[in-house]
Amino acid sequence: MSLDPATVRRIARLARIGIDESDLPALQRELNGILGWIEQLNEVDIDGVEPMVGTGHAALRMREDVVTDGGVRDAVLSNAPDAAGPYYTVPKVVE
Amino acid sequence: MTYLIEGRDGPWELVVGLEVHAQVISQSKLFSGASASYGGEPNTHVSLVDAGFPGMLPVINRECVAQAVRTGLGLKARVNLESRFDRKNYFYADLPTGYQISQFTHPIIGEGAVEIELADGSTRMIGITRLHLEQDAGKSMHDQDPARSFIDLNRAGVALMEIVSEPDIRSPEEAGAYLRKLRMILRYLGTCDGNMEEGSMRADVNVSVRKAGEPFRTRCEIKNVNSIRYVMQAIEVEAVRQVEIWENGGSVDQETRLFDPARSETRSLRSKEDAHDYRYFPDPDLLPLVIEEAWVQDLAGKLPELPDAKRQRFQDEYGIPRYDAGVLVAEQATADFYETVARGRDPRLAANWVIGDFFAALNRTGRTIQDSPISADALGGMLDLITDGTINGKIAKDVFEEMLETGEAAAEIVERKGLRQVTDTGAIDAAVQAVLDKNPDKLAEYRSGKDKLFGFFVGQVMKAMAGKGNPALVNEALKKVL
Repeated sequence: MSLDPATVRRIARLARIGIDESDLPALQRELNGILGWIEQLNEVDIDGVEPMVGTGHAALRMREDVVTDGGVRDAVLSNAPDAAGPYYTVPKVVE
Repeated sequence: MTYLIEGRDGPWELVVGLEVHAQVISQSKLFSGASASYGGEPNTHVSLVDAGFPGMLPVINRECVAQAVRTGLGLKARVNLESRFDRKNYFYADLPTGYQISQFTHPIIGEGAVEIELADGSTRMIGITRLHLEQDAGKSMHDQDPARSFIDLNRAGVALMEIVSEPDIRSPEEAGAYLRKLRMILRYLGTCDGNMEEGSMRADVNVSVRKAGEPFRTRCEIKNVNSIRYVMQAIEVEAVRQVEIWENGGSVDQETRLFDPARSETRSLRSKEDAHDYRYFPDPDLLPLVIEEAWVQDLAGKLPELPDAKRQRFQDEYGIPRYDAGVLVAEQATADFYETVARGRDPRLAANWVIGDFFAALNRTGRTIQDSPISADALGGMLDLITDGTINGKIAKDVFEEMLETGEAAAEIVERKGLRQVTDTGAIDAAVQAVLDKNPDKLAEYRSGKDKLFGFFVGQVMKAMAGKGNPALVNEALKKVL
């Protein structure tokens, strides 16, 4: 698998990362290198092997349905760069 | 009754599938211990997990899983004992983590079916493709400030069930019937309150059109429609739009659209350039969700009686018509009310009163069955007076109105106002004679063959007796004399 410049541009846009056209070739080369590295895994024969999702306890632990959290608005908003009263704010987004 | 859109070159068939987002009833959120209740001061029902702080880990809520399983059982669907969670990646200001935890490849519930009934009495099965658990997003407010949007994360992380239907729906009416039935099932199960106005149930509508016998053509998705009526309207206008495009030699683009009820049209929501690519991948924070068959069986054993079963039982047990049974089971509270009234009484009489005068009274007074001015026992008490002959059907209506106004028991009203029906044949005969004496001309007409006047005489006698005569005895007495 090899990424063309258009795909690299698209990935960047989906990730909301602005890139200069001049950086495209380098990024393309780096991403292709990573993909090539990962693709080595295709050489392993996994016929008949169940996918492994983790080690040890392999199922999700569940919690009871009780309210144990919340009511920490100051902490929640503590990193907000531009809070207004009880709200986060962001530059206007209207679709 | 096939729904067809008449195009220039002949009829077109409609193909619709619905994705319903139903907010799960639970105390806390799907993956955090913050409150899932509606309302609340902005950003107070938010944990650091919901706000997407670094290092926070999701822990699943057992009750939300149980609710999904109950719903799956109610939809006669396959319950998958192992399912998984994936990340659906997109950027939006009210999605702090940058991804929604959802189930993509391995949903908790597989194929099921819902039976719908149409106005002409016919029924159809609508297939359910799947149901999966996912997180709701927060709320953005765009009207508070000229330059900024305000974000409240109280809803972020609340559990949703996305219920996906097969593209089996063929008309706006079927879509409406499907949504109403689904909502009824959810409410019976207590897994979602089904309140579309408050947004706890919302629908995405997939619409395409085709000529009879064709495979499916390209569909459009109309997002976030928040009432059943709008869903039906949106389908109608979208289908017409698509037929026009095809007939003018164009082709429909697969895209997301928005329904604007004010202008009764759909509009493109996202340009194709920006088409979403969610880049799903398994959430590395969450192991597979594994549930036990025994637990599922336990939940199944505790399910309430569902609308279809209840309706059948009402028909069998109470001998009431299918239509009446359907009306009575539409809401669980109504069904319970009816059963209280009908217990130990004439079930048909009970059904007629509940569906007739009682529903009319609720409508008129703007009350619901929950805050009904007349209790089931009080209505039952009145029916007892009809059945044992204390009052007749006509007087019963007056007594009912009085109960509605004063909240008094039927028996008290009857005593206080002296409304006992007259079964004394002497008094009835006297009233009959008085009416005949007063209307010699009518009597002559009747005797010369104008049979229809019998009703006139009955009416006059009842009127003379202030409505309290026993109708059967009055009829009898009149027949004898005439």
